[in-house]
Amino acid sequence: MSRPAPLPRATAALAASELRLTLRRGENLLVTIVIPTAVLLFFATVGIVPDVAGPPVAFLLPGTLALAVIATGLVNLGIATGYDRQYGVLKRLGGSPLPRSGLIAAKLAAVLAIEVVQVVLLVGVAVVGLGWVAPTGASPGLAGVALLLGTAAFAGLGLLLAGALRAEATLALANGLFLLFLMLGGIVIPIDHLPGPIAAVAGVLPAAALSDALRIALSGTGDPLLPLAILAVWAAAAIGLTARTFRWD
Amino acid sequence: MTVAARGEAPAIEARGLVKRYGDRTVLDGVDLAVAPGELVALLGPNGAGKTTTIEIIEGYRRADGGSVTVLDADPSTGGPPLRARVGLMLQGGGLDPRSTPRDVLRLYAAFHDGGRGPLALLTEVGLDAVATTRVRRLSGGERQRLALALALVGDPELLLLDEPTAGMDPEAKRATRALIAGLRAKGRAVLLTTHDLGDVERLADRVVILARGRVVAEGTPAELTAGGSPSLRLRLAAALTPEGREALTAELRRTWPDAALVSDAGDPLAVSIGGAEPEPWLLAAIASWAAANDVSIVEARARAMTLEERYLELTGDRSGDAARDGDAETAA
Repeated sequence: MSRPAPLPRATAALAASELRLTLRRGENLLVTIVIPTAVLLFFATVGIVPDVAGPPVAFLLPGTLALAVIATGLVNLGIATGYDRQYGVLKRLGGSPLPRSGLIAAKLAAVLAIEVVQVVLLVGVAVVGLGWVAPTGASPGLAGVALLLGTAAFAGLGLLLAGALRAEATLALANGLFLLFLMLGGIVIPIDHLPGPIAAVAGVLPAAALSDALRIALSGTGDPLLPLAILAVWAAAAIGLTARTFRWD
Repeated sequence: MTVAARGEAPAIEARGLVKRYGDRTVLDGVDLAVAPGELVALLGPNGAGKTTTIEIIEGYRRADGGSVTVLDADPSTGGPPLRARVGLMLQGGGLDPRSTPRDVLRLYAAFHDGGRGPLALLTEVGLDAVATTRVRRLSGGERQRLALALALVGDPELLLLDEPTAGMDPEAKRATRALIAGLRAKGRAVLLTTHDLGDVERLADRVVILARGRVVAEGTPAELTAGGSPSLRLRLAAALTPEGREALTAELRRTWPDAALVSDAGDPLAVSIGGAEPEPWLLAAIASWAAANDVSIVEARARAMTLEERYLELTGDRSGDAARDGDAETAA
């Protein structure tokens, strides 16, 4: 006979399991670690980024941090959860003593753990490999807020796809959105270099809002209110819709 | 004897369960009770409502009518304290193909305080040799055993087992049946759904048969078979071909619309006729068909119905899935 384990212990066990399974998927490491790092190194060294103020790395580091959050929240979490649903893993977990709040907390803890590794790696590459120095006025706190809001928005979008679509459709759509955000999210190409109508649409996408907010945080110049507000709206909409539409089996 | 008659608090008590999907009524007043230490088998053809019934008991779905209590709690609101006391084995297992048996059991063990040791469970279900093998590389039977181990990891008072021996080889099936019988001997209540009448005959204290969303029969296996009409068993000089079976069934159904041929897996030359009284006219019709088709009958004997024949009689199931993985094969 047993009782439910304390929630923190059960949640930590599932978060550790999620991380272990993520490490077993080569494609996860490619999209969460290799691609953002490769984008940063490639575009910072080949000098094809359209004219931006300061060294390219100062523009690219916030963009690739945003890309990392998109990769982890939307692509990795969305696809993994879609397949969890297809294989009946979510249903089986729902029959265990772990409450749904623990399940969601475990998945988010795993996302945040991956993001910590991504931030350390990308900032490390920028500092050590590309000579980036944080300017006076850079705000790690603001960057943290932007990363958390971005995580909420993109994890919400990932779960929205995973809970409503077949796993294969989630996989295709998450990868398609990843590419779209890479092109239109102000990650390697400044939005003001895009054609007018496209720039207008791109400006309200969560990818552009996240890269903008991070750029303001890491440069110490600009007003972060608008991009943070856009991110908050995306996060609230994605999480609200997910709560209404998510199917567990 | 019913749970109430024994004076025990039931582990499961469902009364008048109704479930509708749109205009379709899937459950239409299902009553079901399982006492501690009792093993009840829920049988029925596909679409009879077995899965819906068990999912309501598991708490995955809510009934539109009726009531259900599981270990004195409402399964849809019992939450973690109830789920810690109930072991589930789902169809398909709900396993991540990239995980390993050891990892999965350790994970689910971490959800319980006071459950079973995962490594000892691996040994108990015979998965030691594949403890670190990815789930996607396990055989169907090994996945089933892992799903069963997951049901046991919380040392539950009640087990809900959906097709527990499906896909297992005979040796694994025998070991799994022994394990389930051991749980019942320890006082655990078990509700299992199965298409395998071998499971039922060897394990079940009581059988509940569902058809079209209603309970059509309930009782011990002996009570159920005693309630059926006797059948005619034939031994032939050579096994019937599939075409021969079809032709004989069609011939018999001209006079006895419910007639069904049931093979005996232990004797390929034997076949029983269910759904028709073993009267002289039946024997005459078979003899006439056999003579016309050059089939020699070695022996013909009227006998009591087997559980499978009784099941077919009660459910009108001609799909052949009643004993899909069992020791007998349904034909016709």
